[in-house]
Amino acid sequence: MDSDTIVKVEHVSMKFNLSSEKFDSFKEYVIKSVKRQVSFDEFWALKDVSFEVKRSESLGLIGLNGSGKSTMLKVIAGVLKPTKGKLTVNGDIAPLIELGAGFDMDLTARENVFLNGALLGYNRAQMEEQYENIVEFSELSEFMNIPVKNFSSGMVSRLAFAIATIGTPDILIVDEVLSVGDFRFQEKCEARIQRMRDNGTTILFVSHSLEQVESICDRIVWLEKGHLKMFGDAEEICKIYAES
Amino acid sequence: MSKYINNFLKFQPLLSELVARDIKIKYRRSVLGVLWTLLNPLFMMIILSIVFSNIFKFEVENFPLYVLSGQVIFNFFNDATTNSMTSIISSASLIKKVYVPKYLFVLSRVVSSFINLMAAFTALLLVMMATRIELHWTAFLAFIPLFMVVGFSLGVGLILAALTVKFRDIMHLYSVFTTGLMYLTPIIYPMNILPERIKQVVMLNPLTNYLIMFRNLMLDNTLPSWSSILVGIAEMVIVLILGVYVFYKKQDEFILNI
Repeated sequence: MDSDTIVKVEHVSMKFNLSSEKFDSFKEYVIKSVKRQVSFDEFWALKDVSFEVKRSESLGLIGLNGSGKSTMLKVIAGVLKPTKGKLTVNGDIAPLIELGAGFDMDLTARENVFLNGALLGYNRAQMEEQYENIVEFSELSEFMNIPVKNFSSGMVSRLAFAIATIGTPDILIVDEVLSVGDFRFQEKCEARIQRMRDNGTTILFVSHSLEQVESICDRIVWLEKGHLKMFGDAEEICKIYAES
Repeated sequence: MSKYINNFLKFQPLLSELVARDIKIKYRRSVLGVLWTLLNPLFMMIILSIVFSNIFKFEVENFPLYVLSGQVIFNFFNDATTNSMTSIISSASLIKKVYVPKYLFVLSRVVSSFINLMAAFTALLLVMMATRIELHWTAFLAFIPLFMVVGFSLGVGLILAALTVKFRDIMHLYSVFTTGLMYLTPIIYPMNILPERIKQVVMLNPLTNYLIMFRNLMLDNTLPSWSSILVGIAEMVIVLILGVYVFYKKQDEFILNI
């Protein structure tokens, strides 16, 4: 693997057993095994997908709902292990998958900044340094000592975005997060993503807004029902995708 | 191996944040706050001593201290394992979205229980001073059985956490189990009132061994025998290895079941 490649996805497949969701308890499991009701409905969320991303390139993932975009991102982020295939990542990942996932609703915003920072692998001293920056960007300075459970969803995502985009991670994963928050804040976020991109961060971007994808990404992976339909230059694929 | 160590070092700040969160949330909005970790075992000791020195009358010297030292060990085990059991399930929203080494959630619960253990241990020392019991030099060696019980609890916690993800019934069953286990540990009764057969069963409980070592060191100025130290370490190591193995094998399935 040459040093230019930051993410390499080779023949990745991801299988879910739909039946594993169906029982929660041992009793149910025993009863259903005796009755032979444990059927294994297989569902392939991803099937034999391969592509690679070069350093400081940004990649968009497009496709309809349920085409496997988020599953792909979760595989890259290391949350899911692929059933088959191989994944190589050469760098730090700052995941933005669903903003606010790392928040504890009972803690104050301030305490959550440190908890969330630690989730991303920053220590306390580094977070102290970034704290002002986060408060300023999220525009929540009056609310930092209030438990997050009293926040509106827009406020939560502002805070989460501000935390996830501190520093310069090698890879930033953005999963439809720009659809939350008001118009002005969306612009602010987009500007920040652009700036990180200029500083050499690789962006992995999922959105249903083709405009956003086109303005941020160089290359595009187009998924359809778990299969890789197309992989290539952003402009070309956006054109084809818009027409389909 | 170095890969795992590096990964742990990277997420070490997260461990401290998780522990801080556990403790903050537990005592949020209570007036006395963390002081409760100290007061709780003391109040329990007072009640148990009143009940058992007036109703059942065991022939034990310094009964309050006897009970309290038993509680220090058993409550830690109970706390650490019960909290570890649900640690993975209750962190579901995180595990589904961000990559974090999953054993950290179990470890953080054990560490916060350990902080409670230290508070209970302080309570024990305070009562010893208040009742003017001589503090023997062997008390400095009390860290040996404490260390073993921490390792043992971590092993049990890892097993429970991994299995509970798939079989939620364990959560309900486990509190029954620990109640039974409490009576199989000489916390409130002295060993010498037990009939021979029951005594053998009680001795099979690994906690009994840890507790007796701890009590001997703290209260009786007696060093544990080599055999009980070796048995204690062996039990700890076996449970730890088993815990790490089960957890490691199961951890990739967690996300499919939470």
